[in-house]
Amino acid sequence: MTAGTPAAPGGADAPARLTLSKALNEGLRKAMENDPKVLIMGEDVGKLGGVFRVTDGLQKDFGEDRVLDTPLAESGIVGTAIGLALRGYRPVCEIQFDGFVFPAFDQIVSQLAKMAYRSAGQLRLPVVVRIPFGGGIGAVEHHSESPEALFVHTAGLRVVACGEPADAYAMIQQAIRCDDPVIFFEPKRRYWDRTDVDLAGGLAAALPINRARTLASGTDATLLCYGPMVRTCVEAATAASEEGRSLEVIDLRSLSPLDTETIFASVRRTGRCLVVHEAPVTGGLGAEIAARVSQECFYHLEAPVLRVGGYSTPYPPSRIEEYYLPDLDRVLDAVDHAFGY
Amino acid sequence: MAVKAAGQAASRSRTRHRPTDQPAKPELIQLLTPEGEHTEHPDYPLELTPQEVKALYRDLVLVRRIDFEAIALQRQGELGIWASLLGQEAAQVGSGRALGPRDMAFPTYREHGVAWCRGVDPAKLLELYRGVSHGGWNPKEHNFHLYTIVIGAQTLHATGYAMGIQRDGALGEDGEAAIVYFGDGATSQGDVNEAFIWASVYNAPVVFFCQNNQWAISEPLDRQTRIPLYQRARGFGFPGLQVDGNDVFACLAVTRHAMQAAREGQGPTLIEAFTYRMGAHTTTDDPTRYRLSAELEAWKLKDPIERVRIYLIRSGVAQEDFFADVRAEADQVGAGVRKACLEMPDPNPLSMFDNIYAEPSALLAEERAQLAAYLSSFVAEEVGR
Repeated sequence: MTAGTPAAPGGADAPARLTLSKALNEGLRKAMENDPKVLIMGEDVGKLGGVFRVTDGLQKDFGEDRVLDTPLAESGIVGTAIGLALRGYRPVCEIQFDGFVFPAFDQIVSQLAKMAYRSAGQLRLPVVVRIPFGGGIGAVEHHSESPEALFVHTAGLRVVACGEPADAYAMIQQAIRCDDPVIFFEPKRRYWDRTDVDLAGGLAAALPINRARTLASGTDATLLCYGPMVRTCVEAATAASEEGRSLEVIDLRSLSPLDTETIFASVRRTGRCLVVHEAPVTGGLGAEIAARVSQECFYHLEAPVLRVGGYSTPYPPSRIEEYYLPDLDRVLDAVDHAFGY
Repeated sequence: MAVKAAGQAASRSRTRHRPTDQPAKPELIQLLTPEGEHTEHPDYPLELTPQEVKALYRDLVLVRRIDFEAIALQRQGELGIWASLLGQEAAQVGSGRALGPRDMAFPTYREHGVAWCRGVDPAKLLELYRGVSHGGWNPKEHNFHLYTIVIGAQTLHATGYAMGIQRDGALGEDGEAAIVYFGDGATSQGDVNEAFIWASVYNAPVVFFCQNNQWAISEPLDRQTRIPLYQRARGFGFPGLQVDGNDVFACLAVTRHAMQAAREGQGPTLIEAFTYRMGAHTTTDDPTRYRLSAELEAWKLKDPIERVRIYLIRSGVAQEDFFADVRAEADQVGAGVRKACLEMPDPNPLSMFDNIYAEPSALLAEERAQLAAYLSSFVAEEVGR
């Protein structure tokens, strides 16, 4: 056991209670141990361990050749990761904050996403781009963005968002194993949330990365969420149950592709569907889901598909971000609305 | 007229440079003068057998012929567009022939001469321009990456690839290196500057081969830089060289030298091949709108092929039969390219759904089925009629 691994209480195989940040760290460590081609690259990921400590201790244990503190240039991070992948490596890039992915946008959209297609499948780019995303931490501008829809709109990328530690530990390993490029969103305000994580569990038993997970079963409405809104929606379901409403909560996990099978099955049972995300609703993932649900579940719907999300504004200053971000009350308000039809 | 004169004066003053500590007259490395005279250079000795010189001449003539055929095919509507290499044959053949089989090259969309040196079937180059694929060849088979259209993006790919060479422990006397091609316009791109920084701080085994053809579509060099491009390397902390890009000997010698330095762990080099784009940017472009024919005429005297021909004749290495053979072969290659182009089938529309992901996609399978059903509905209608 390495110094950075917390002792599992109650024996080696008992689950450890880890923060999301630590669960990701353990997942990265496991992936690096399993495959010498896995590299980590980004700004401050070495000695500092990343600004959120997700890569803490990895450079110490795996060396500077495998955990690269890079020059401060996001296009350079993704562009050179592409070159390393062409040479047979599996780079995991860290973009320090959501708002800083845009300098790398061309490399992601025009190069990373399209190389397999351009080469008629002769080249594969198993690159993971990790992005801490979302607001709620009182940050300055460009540190609270939710740009996932831009990547979902781009063919050739897989886009996932982890919501909780237990899941994140397996998901990051699955993303690294995937031969397609994966944009991996991490809800930054949930980095300090803790759950039990089964560090001994193999990936074979884990839910595939492209499947949604039903976190709470219900009969009256379906809440679709991901990333930071997972906890919000679970809490909303608990509160709603006290009012006699039974909400089903589905953590989408994979945003591209969408697990439409799970989504449609749930909505056909409940008859009501709400999509909850921090990103602005205009042109957001909720719009895509609403269109698909309306088309496939039309005769089962008791109400239009509703979206709960950020307003169509730039991200506001942090002193008023609580009015922008969906919270438990706004979700429940939308649920009330759905029952008003 | 007065207005025009004032405008010209303003333009000149904008490009008047402050004095710098750079040498006033850059040293252009040249081993073969435009008059076909072979000169020695103390730092870049080049020993070539007569056979090797003849082989270079053949390369130059054939790639120009392929290019000529492609332009004709575009004019006849068989290609959507073509980016001509006319004038840049020596830069491409010289550098291309400096590469070992295990070296990796990252081209722009104009590197038809390098592609030839890497053994890519010229007909495959046409696929992109005809619109039947986005690529055309297997990069791994030739160690020649696909053409990159977004300006400068490939410089980062080459640098990352070179960092992989380092991690593989593939450096040393018989080691590997990467070379990346780009133009004078690309030097203004962020990606190119980031690639310089990365290659520098990681000491990556990559050679930056800039073909300065003086024009980025309609924009002249002085819209991209106020110092000679090769001098940029100094600020990034690695050597920069300027070579006569119309001199196949010098391009070969300098690239060999830089590649070997990279293979042996001495890090990156910037080579500025000083050349000229004799044709249009692409077949959609009209250079008469922005440049003077006098400039073109001056560069015609520096033709990269003619000087090798004169050298071969003067040194008694080749006689008319050799030149006639090369001409005949060129026509044969041109005819082969034409035939392959005309026979190139359009892809199956349903193939647009292929190779987007490594793993199967339910969404794409569904959309593919939709298009297939839609297409077959037309067949059914026609049959019904």
